[in-house]
Amino acid sequence: MYDIAIVGGGCIGALTARELARYRLKTVVLEAASDVAAGASRANSGIVHAGFDAAEGSLKAKFNVLGNAMMETVCKELGVEYKNNASLVLAFDEEQENTLRELVERGKKNGVKGLEILNKEEVLRREPNVSKEVFAALYAPTGGIVCPFTLTIAAMGNAMDNGAELFTDFEVVAAEEQGDSVRLSAADGRSVNAKYVINCAGAGSQKVAELFGKANFTVHARKGEYILLDSSTAGYVKSTIFTVPTKAGKGVLVTPTTDGNTLIGPTSVEEETFDTSIRREGFDDILGKAKKMCDRLPLGETITSFAGVRAYSDRHDFVLEEGGERLFNAAGIESPGLTSSPAIGKYIAEKIADKFHAEKNSDFNPNRKSYAFFKKLSVEEKNKIIAENPEFGQIVCRCESVTLGEIREALTRNPRARTIDGIKLRTRAGMGRCQSGFCQPAQLELLMKEYGLRFDEVTKNGKKSFIIVGGEI
Amino acid sequence: MKRDLVIIGGGPAGLAAAIAAYDAGCKDVVIVERESAVGGVLKQCIHNGFGLTRFKENLTGPEYAHKFIDEAEKRNIETLTDTFVISLDDKKRVTCMNKSGIFTIEAKAVILAMGCRERSKGALNIAGTRPAGLFSAGTAQKYVNLKGWLPGKRVVILGSGDIGLIMARRMTLEGAKVLCVSEIMPYSSGLKRNIAQCLNDFNIPLYLEHTVVEIEGKERVTGVTLARVDENKRPIPGTEKHFDCDTVLFSVGLIPENELTKRAGISLDSRTKGAQVDGDRETQIEGIFACGNVLHVHDLVDFVSEEAETAGKSAARYVLEGERKKDYILTENGENTAYVLPQKLDRNKKEAQKLYFRVRAAFRNAEIVVDTGVAVKKFNKIAVAPGEMESVTLKAEEIASAKYVRISVNRRA
Ligand SMILES: Cc1cc2nc3c(=O)[nH]c(=O)nc-3n(C[C@H](O)[C@H](O)[C@H](O)COP(=O)(O)OP(=O)(O)OC[C@H]3O[C@@H](n4cnc5c(N)ncnc54)[C@H](O)[C@@H]3O)c2cc1C
Repeated sequence: MYDIAIVGGGCIGALTARELARYRLKTVVLEAASDVAAGASRANSGIVHAGFDAAEGSLKAKFNVLGNAMMETVCKELGVEYKNNASLVLAFDEEQENTLRELVERGKKNGVKGLEILNKEEVLRREPNVSKEVFAALYAPTGGIVCPFTLTIAAMGNAMDNGAELFTDFEVVAAEEQGDSVRLSAADGRSVNAKYVINCAGAGSQKVAELFGKANFTVHARKGEYILLDSSTAGYVKSTIFTVPTKAGKGVLVTPTTDGNTLIGPTSVEEETFDTSIRREGFDDILGKAKKMCDRLPLGETITSFAGVRAYSDRHDFVLEEGGERLFNAAGIESPGLTSSPAIGKYIAEKIADKFHAEKNSDFNPNRKSYAFFKKLSVEEKNKIIAENPEFGQIVCRCESVTLGEIREALTRNPRARTIDGIKLRTRAGMGRCQSGFCQPAQLELLMKEYGLRFDEVTKNGKKSFIIVGGEI
Repeated sequence: MKRDLVIIGGGPAGLAAAIAAYDAGCKDVVIVERESAVGGVLKQCIHNGFGLTRFKENLTGPEYAHKFIDEAEKRNIETLTDTFVISLDDKKRVTCMNKSGIFTIEAKAVILAMGCRERSKGALNIAGTRPAGLFSAGTAQKYVNLKGWLPGKRVVILGSGDIGLIMARRMTLEGAKVLCVSEIMPYSSGLKRNIAQCLNDFNIPLYLEHTVVEIEGKERVTGVTLARVDENKRPIPGTEKHFDCDTVLFSVGLIPENELTKRAGISLDSRTKGAQVDGDRETQIEGIFACGNVLHVHDLVDFVSEEAETAGKSAARYVLEGERKKDYILTENGENTAYVLPQKLDRNKKEAQKLYFRVRAAFRNAEIVVDTGVAVKKFNKIAVAPGEMESVTLKAEEIASAKYVRISVNRRA
């Protein structure tokens, strides 16, 4: 019997689990996919928004600003890449400049610090690759970037290191009251009992809420497509470059990622389902917009494209409230959900600790070694580690210089990588220019060894996504 | 550690360069190789067709490689395997990492022989999903030939590069059904002999001027849709063809692996994506040479070996005698030429020099025109194609008097 079951291992579920681990509560996270960070938390812009965009008085505004202030510390503790690179919102004419002024006002009301309007020369001095057509820009010094999937994975790992449990491939399909608990069941017959359930199921959050009765919100899908450029483009832009927001959303942005890649996107398309395929028109849409924002886009360095789907509620705000006696809904968490996640996790955990009169967990350790710790060391420090463990001297992924030692960690550390994508999200192996062309066979063999699998049992990302299906020769 | 010559990469280029340098008197040579054995990509190329030009023998990749490995062993040339070069600077300091740690070799001369990698599917902006079952042709080749595992049973190949063509045959022979090869250009980028032996002999259709419009499948790929393209390479609505498949191979080009080159501050030629070199295969940094697929993508290993020998000999001379005074002229693309290599020629070099070039389009009845600014040389070819590298040799005195060398390819009536 668990005290708390969290449904969904995205950034909201993971950071909530981590915050709950500060209390003496027995927590389990149930995730439908074969790894955490499988939904919106895997494929998004990775922007730590400053908070000038959200409507005054909304939950989005509140948690955005709170989350932004927490992000740097949380990332430091979890060993996750974060950079306070500032945001710039470009205006291309006077009318748009007026919108910038409105954003400044809104931002001030939301509690965003340091907002300023820069003129053309100031913008171009900061960002020489921004289009010469720029008229003015809003400068938001508190804007930042974070790696969304390593944040999610690290938060879950830290929660687990502090006692939380994780069940993957566990899609909650039924919820049944049983005395003083709820029994949550997966399609394959597994079930867990918990006194209280937190619904962090993103795209599935309406469905999960409905397992407990009628939900008082609906959740809808809006797709965002991206193009990712190689880390050889590092420095092309330093800040995150936005255009002025419209009703359709924040528009396309051009941003560095914490790993030095350049990311262009997202589009914004209403969809019936949460499928993450890319539309043909998506590319023209992204590139058309990006070319108006920036000059000399290094598109020859394109390494991949992907899509994420925003799960937004009919309230156009976060749903953060009890959904019944044993249910809390953290639903419809669209952008700025990633930014808000540390603050949302803290808010939910405090509420629950209160409700359960939970004691503080004095053994809680907030710190976790970064997956990328090895890369940052000096040559002397690296040599020391290699002397102790020669696997850190063996490169597996050439493009991103990922060593066997780092992959071994990803395979053995909470939450353990079980798939090719699992290794990739933790170590960046296969994420570079060749997109795993060279190192996938080596990774496959490491997974075989670690889990005692046959070559045709290793998957890309769980379920039936087998890499080899043609058998042995 | 100090060494006379460090060769980065132990594929066919690195091996041949090492042997040539040794034979030219530079005995202190070390090859640094990131894999656990030398031989490079030839290790997984178990088909034949190697060595026809050089040895007049029809060898497999490993057999071809072994001719060089044996020669290197005879000379006791040192190879550091499982060793990854993490950086190279303009002072010819080569920093390496392996199981014993990170260390720097100070070299008198360096030969870049890192080879190339396949262009990935991600670079292509393809619509649809990103399931399991999408491989670059070389990765599939590694699975089949080195591991003995067949990636899938129903295969569509996108792009008609040589590795894709070879894999069409290889997977067919292993029991897979290769449904088609799709090529966006009006001609294949592969060798003619591969089209004949790998596709035609197995009745595998080649759809020219076709592109992929969508990839389907959630967990594993379940199908692809192709369409004919217009003159702007955009798909023409109504020409879609759908294929149910469990595997898609991409053979959409090779890119020289020049990350180290760039970090050393050597500028690349946008046409070849490799360093700019002279006839010695010396880059803009004195004492750093380049050869093989890291310099420009070759279609036959025989030419890689030949080029590597030039680089090896030149590097040995540099180590033994120092830099010579050079008097450069440039080589240029003329009509229908995609690139000419080397990019510059030394008029002081008293030797005949071979120039490699590629054409931009495939056609029959071609006339090759070599213009040196003082004389024009012409010769005819029955057919030329971008997939087949051409060459022309200029005599020492022709180069000595040249103002430039411009190579054009004309259509004869
Ligand atoms: C295109 C795009 C761009 C964005 N950009 C930004 C940005 O720049 N900055 C920012 O702050 N925010 C951004 N966001 C928003 C941010 O990504 C989300 O708010 C955040 O990731 C939501 O996290 P989550 O945990 O609620 O949802 P998810 O990450 O989707 O996680 C939900 C999880 O629940 C699981 N699940 C669903 N149903 C069940 C079930 N029945 N049983 C078990 N598990 C289940 C899913 O498999 C999934 O793993 C963006 C979102 C998108 C899509």
